[in-house]
Amino acid sequence: MSESNLMMHHYLAKYLRQERMPHIWCEGCGNGILLNCFLQAINELNVDLNKIVVVSGIGCIGRVSGYINVDSFHTTHGRAIAFATGVKLANPELEVVVISGDGDLFAIGGNHFIHAARRNVDIKVICANNFNYGMTGGQYGPTTPLDAWTTTTPYGNIEHPFNLAHLAAAAGAVYVARWTSLHVRRLKASIIKALQKEGFSFIEMISPCPEIFDRYNKMGTAVDVMKWFRLVSQVRHGCDPAKAEITENEILVGEFVDIEKPSYGRLLREMTSRVQDKLKREES
Amino acid sequence: MVDESRAVLTGTHFMSGDLACAEGALAAGCQFFGGYPITPATEISERMSRRLVEVGGVFVQMEDEIGSIAAVIGASYAGKKAMTATSGPGFSLMQENIGLAVMTETPLVIVNIMRGGPSTGQPTMPGQQDVMQARWGSHGDYEIIALAPSSVQEMFNLTIECFNLAETYRVPVILLADEIIGHMWERVKIPPAEEINVVSRKKPKTPTAEYQPFKPDKDLVPPMACFGEGYRFHATGLTHDEKGAPETVSAEVQTELVKRLADKIRKNAEKIVKAQRVMLEDADVAVIAYGIPSRAALSAVREARKKGIKAGLLRLVTIWPFPQELVSDVAKQVKAIVVPEMNYGQLVREVERAAKTTPVILLSKLGEEPHRPSEIIEAMRRAVK
Ligand SMILES: Cc1ncc(C[n+]2csc(CCOP(=O)(O)OP(=O)(O)O)c2C)c(N)n1
Ligand SMILES: [Mg+2]
Repeated sequence: MSESNLMMHHYLAKYLRQERMPHIWCEGCGNGILLNCFLQAINELNVDLNKIVVVSGIGCIGRVSGYINVDSFHTTHGRAIAFATGVKLANPELEVVVISGDGDLFAIGGNHFIHAARRNVDIKVICANNFNYGMTGGQYGPTTPLDAWTTTTPYGNIEHPFNLAHLAAAAGAVYVARWTSLHVRRLKASIIKALQKEGFSFIEMISPCPEIFDRYNKMGTAVDVMKWFRLVSQVRHGCDPAKAEITENEILVGEFVDIEKPSYGRLLREMTSRVQDKLKREES
Repeated sequence: MVDESRAVLTGTHFMSGDLACAEGALAAGCQFFGGYPITPATEISERMSRRLVEVGGVFVQMEDEIGSIAAVIGASYAGKKAMTATSGPGFSLMQENIGLAVMTETPLVIVNIMRGGPSTGQPTMPGQQDVMQARWGSHGDYEIIALAPSSVQEMFNLTIECFNLAETYRVPVILLADEIIGHMWERVKIPPAEEINVVSRKKPKTPTAEYQPFKPDKDLVPPMACFGEGYRFHATGLTHDEKGAPETVSAEVQTELVKRLADKIRKNAEKIVKAQRVMLEDADVAVIAYGIPSRAALSAVREARKKGIKAGLLRLVTIWPFPQELVSDVAKQVKAIVVPEMNYGQLVREVERAAKTTPVILLSKLGEEPHRPSEIIEAMRRAVK
């Protein structure tokens, strides 16, 4: 079968905007894996494709919204979560998913992230964490490890990175999970779980960046990086995210947080009913 | 639950410009407000936080103005009429996403109750210092619509007009008011709901599979599908073709898109532009004003007539797109034009361009005090001497 035929017959093909292929991502990049897991999740959940909205910011992974055949919006850099907040509050029937990068969500967009988590807006945020700004050619960002070489840390990185899972938990997310691009089945399961859960959910996927970050830091090929993931990652469900710092020797993965808390939308609707009922009583 | 029966407060009220603006928004069908408090626009947020809940809409106080406008764009794409309100510092923060709204053809309303700048400036004092920022604040080539109210009644009426224009042309529209109009209390008449002209975005008639989100009709405006309606479309701030697919290198697509986005306003400018002509028929000196100075200008013109000066007023309601033709018509007829502005000379530059060889005199005011009629009369007297 030719490549295009293959694609048409793939069981996930109907979820893709096939006319937008090929995608822009480098060989070995984890973004395709994340996209694949996401499509598998919506396939298994059998969600109404007319009621799901994918929002992304700017960056390599930011292009993902243009590839998925649902309502989608590619916002400005950092603003995906704020945009998604408006969508979800304006139409609570929609399932709103943000898929974006470590730089987009946690540097320029960090403020929106913590506040959406605090409000417990019922949106799902999935981050492809490749430890750098891939799109602009490999500058350091808020998740770049200490000492790493990037194009703007030519003497090594002297900034301490965020532990994203810990940040999300502290800000109030009701569901927090971390996986690497090696953990495809578990990542898919987490996406399914998040989609079924009410409230602000956060899933981090540690991603190889073979052409840029991994190359600069002499981490080998994409396969070598996957081998490293296998070597150092340990599944620790329920582990305290504060203790899940990512280091060269250890990447703790798993579901760290899974709690219940009323979402912003629910509280808003309850308040609205209360206010409107009171008005009606006063009028009659 | 949406309850439109409470949206229009029909009757005669005594209220401030900010409150009238909020009521105008509700009367226009606004169902979403995302904002961040800032003097002198805070009262709009406060009113909306109470009233939107009554009508079953959504009020959310975002973490900053960047988030506010982003949420408003999202709400508009989710099918709701949406707005935000701010002042200079917040308006500055919104600029990048105003460009996103232009690029993604998002109907929405931004209210800017102008105070004194630059920077934090004079938060409680009036200004008209964001006139050029409203026009050119975001990067790239684009046209924008901005209206300047000069009374509390107009805060109500023009807010509705802003929504109607936003929905008609799929653009962000700016209500550019000043602190005095925002905080001034006056009588406002709110008509019955059925007498208010409310326009909503046109919807696609094509089958969902054939829908192209950025394919315009003859009027250059594409029908707008919203999320959840089954069209499954993509929108992006990147240059895109009619299907919404990014086109990041093609000069042809870039040219076509940027021109259309500007032309849908340029070519409809005559329909959009509103201005009031007062005693201009035989005038040989004119005042061109907008917002708070136009009130002093009106008294000045009336007073000047009594003193034998043939004065007239062109009050601009629409400041962007700039009413080029109206101003050049006035310029052809008069010996001089006086432009009172609460800034150090902004819209006067456009007046000068339109006036060609007719002398244009700027009356600049910065800070607390608006223009006095006597100052405007004096300027006119000197101009025609
Ligand atoms: C306001 C603004 N500043 C800077 C940029 C340039 N820029 C584009 S993508 C990007 C970084 C993206 O990094 P990340 O979110 O980690 O995504 P990745 O490319 O690594 O997938 C930057 C800085 C921009 N588009 N907008
Ligand atoms: Mg990145």
